Amino acid sequence: MNKTTAHKPVPFEQSAGRYLADTQLRRNIGHAAQTIRAKRANAVNELSDWEDLREAGRLIKERVMNNLDSYLLQLEESVIKAGGHVHWATDGEDANRIITGLVKRKGVTEVVKVKSITTDEIKLNDALEKEGIHALETDLAELIVQLAGDEPSHILVPAIHKNRSEIRDLFKEKLNIEHLSDKPADLAEAARLYLRKNFLKATVGISGANFAVAETGTVVVVESEGNGRMCTTLPDTLITVMGIEKIIPKWQDFEVFMQLLPRSSTAERMNPYNNFWTGISDGDGPQEFHLILLDNGRTKVLADETGRQTLFCIRCSACLNVCPVYERTGGHAYHSVYPGPIGAILTPQLRGLQDQSAASLPYASSLCGACYEVCPVKINIPEVLVHLRGKVVEYKKEHGGIGHKTDTIHLGMKFMARTFQTRNRYERLQRLGKIGQKLFVKDGAISRLPGELAKWTSIRDVKPIPKQTFREWWRERK
Amino acid sequence: MVEGAKMSESKDVILGRIRGALKKEVSDKADDLLALPDILRSYEQQSSHSDEEKLHLFAERVSEYRAVTEIIAEEDTGERIRTICSESGVKSLVVPGGIDEKWVSTLDDGVRLLRDEPEPLTKEELNNSDAVLTGAFLGVAQTGTIILNAGTGQGRRVLTLLPDFHICVIRQEQIVGIIPQAIKKLDSTVIETGRPVTMISGPSATSDIELNRVEGVHGPRRLHVLVIKQKS
Repeated sequence: MNKTTAHKPVPFEQSAGRYLADTQLRRNIGHAAQTIRAKRANAVNELSDWEDLREAGRLIKERVMNNLDSYLLQLEESVIKAGGHVHWATDGEDANRIITGLVKRKGVTEVVKVKSITTDEIKLNDALEKEGIHALETDLAELIVQLAGDEPSHILVPAIHKNRSEIRDLFKEKLNIEHLSDKPADLAEAARLYLRKNFLKATVGISGANFAVAETGTVVVVESEGNGRMCTTLPDTLITVMGIEKIIPKWQDFEVFMQLLPRSSTAERMNPYNNFWTGISDGDGPQEFHLILLDNGRTKVLADETGRQTLFCIRCSACLNVCPVYERTGGHAYHSVYPGPIGAILTPQLRGLQDQSAASLPYASSLCGACYEVCPVKINIPEVLVHLRGKVVEYKKEHGGIGHKTDTIHLGMKFMARTFQTRNRYERLQRLGKIGQKLFVKDGAISRLPGELAKWTSIRDVKPIPKQTFREWWRERK
Repeated sequence: MVEGAKMSESKDVILGRIRGALKKEVSDKADDLLALPDILRSYEQQSSHSDEEKLHLFAERVSEYRAVTEIIAEEDTGERIRTICSESGVKSLVVPGGIDEKWVSTLDDGVRLLRDEPEPLTKEELNNSDAVLTGAFLGVAQTGTIILNAGTGQGRRVLTLLPDFHICVIRQEQIVGIIPQAIKKLDSTVIETGRPVTMISGPSATSDIELNRVEGVHGPRRLHVLVIKQKS
C-alpha cells in the first residue's frame, strides 16, 4: 500500500506549523474534540463515585507495574491452562516474526484484523504484506485509513481527520461503488457489505487486547461495531497481541475498568460490545488461541520511576480530546501511533531520546494539566512531561557535542541561569530590557525578536517587561 | 526446536529486563502476589435501587441506545414473539439449545425455526437467517447492558452475531443495579467454567464518521429486548 500521506518524522514544532495551516483538518478535529469532550463530562458526572473509581484504577495499575514479572508468569500459566498458547516478544520484529510464522503455518494469504494500536506500533501489516499475507482492517475508521494509505490520527477514532465527503469519494474509488451518498449510515452500510463476505471466509483473526486477567487468563476486546466480535468468534485461529502492561490482576478488577474505560473513551455508559474469552471454548469460537506478550520498549519505561505511570494508560483517548495542542494540530503532527498528551510522554520513552522527532514531543504542551484531570487512571502527564524535558536536556548535554554547546537556546538558558543568580544582575537586565524592547512591543506583546532570538518567539509571544517592575513598586511603596 | 529456544530466550530477556527495571531479585511469584494487601475499593459495590426502580431504569437505558424495550407478563411472551416476527417479516428464526419452548410454540406457520442443537448451524445458515431469539444471563440497569455467558438458552457467540435482528428475553430477577454486581455474578462463569462472556449495550454502532452515531455496522442492526416482569 502506498503511503501517500506518510511523512518523514520531524520535530513537533516543525510539523505542527504545517498541520495548523490545514483549515479543513482543524475544523474536523476541533468539531470532534469539542463534541466528545462535552459527552464525556456528562457520562462521568453521572457517577458519584467517579473519583473512587479513578483511585482504584490507579492503585490496581500501580500494583501491576510493581509486580509485572509475577503477573506475566501468572497470566501465562492461566492462558495455557485454558487451552491457549503464549509467546513472548522482546520487540516488534520478534512479534512480527512469531505472528507471520503462525499465519504461514495455517497456509492462508488473508487475515482479518480488529483495530489494534499495538499492531500499528510494530507495523505488523507491513511485515505480513512482505510475506504475501494481506491483513484486512475491519474497524470502519481503520478501513478508511488503510484504503487511503493514510495514518491514524486519533486513538479512538483514527479517521477523525477525514470528513464524510472525503470518505465517500474514497469508498467509491476503492470499493468500486458507483452510487453512494455521503450519509454516514450509507457509508457504514457499504463497509458492512464489503466486510461481511470476508468475515465469513476468514480462518485467522488478529486482535489487540484491552485487558488480560492474570488470575483467569481472560482477555477482553472492547468495541462498538461488532467487527471485534466477528474477528474473535468466526475464525478457527485467533492471534492476540498485547503490550505487557495491559494486565490486570483479577476478574474482579473489571468492576473498575468496565466503568472507567467506556465513559472516558466513547463517553457512553457502556460501549455496544465487550468480548471476554478465556482460552478456548469447545464448539464456540476459535479452537486455537495464541497470545503474544510484547515488550518493545515498555521495560525501559518501567525502569524510570517517574515515567513508569505512563504504563497505567488504558488507551481511552480522553486526554487527546481535552488537549488544546492536539485540538489544533490533530494527531499526525505527533508522528506516532500514540498522539496527544499520552503520546507526548509514551513515544519518547518507547523510542528513546536519540529520535529527534520523539524527543521534541515533551514540548508539545502548555502544561495546562487538563489531561491529568480527565485521566481515568490518574497519570500525572504534566509531571512526566517536565521530567522528560529534563531528560532531553541531559541527553543533549551528553550527546549534543559542540553543536549543543553553541546552540543559542542552550547559551540563552545558561545566560538566564547566571542572571537569575544575583539580584543585581537580574535588575540590571530588566533595566536594559526595558530600553531594548521598545522597538519590538506590539499590542502589548513581543511576537518577533531579531536574529537568533527569533527562535524563541517563532512559537510563542513574550510578555514585555512592565514600565514599573514589582521590585521598583515595592521600593517606592516603602 | 529453534523456535522454541528463541521463545524461552525472549521470555527470559523480558523477565530479566523487568526485574532489572524494578531493582528486584528473582522471586517466587505465588507467595509474592498472595502477600499483597487488598486494593482499597471505596467505590460503590451495591446499588440502592429497589427492584421496581431497576426494572424501569434498565428498560429506559436500553431504549436510549435505540433498541426497543418492552416490559411484559410471562404468559404473553410467546404471543409477543409471534407478533414481533410477523411485524418484522421474520421468516427464519435461529434458536439456541435450551430455549424455553413456550416462547416459540405459537409462531406463525410461515416462520421456520433454525435450531442450533443437536446439530450446530453453519455460518451460512446463520448469515442467511432473519433473526435470532435468545435468553440472557444478566441485565445491568445503570448501563442498559445485557450480558450473555453462553449458557442454556443463549448458545454460541456466533448465534447473536450474524443474524441482523436479535430478540432477547430477560427476566426481571436477572437485572442487577450496577456493573460491580454483574462482575461478581460472573465470577463462577469465568473462574470455574471459562465460558466466554459478551456484554451487549444496544445494537452495533459506529461513530467513526464525523462522530455521528450510526446503528448497525457488523453486529445485529436491530435489538429488541423483552423484559418479563417478576410475579409479585
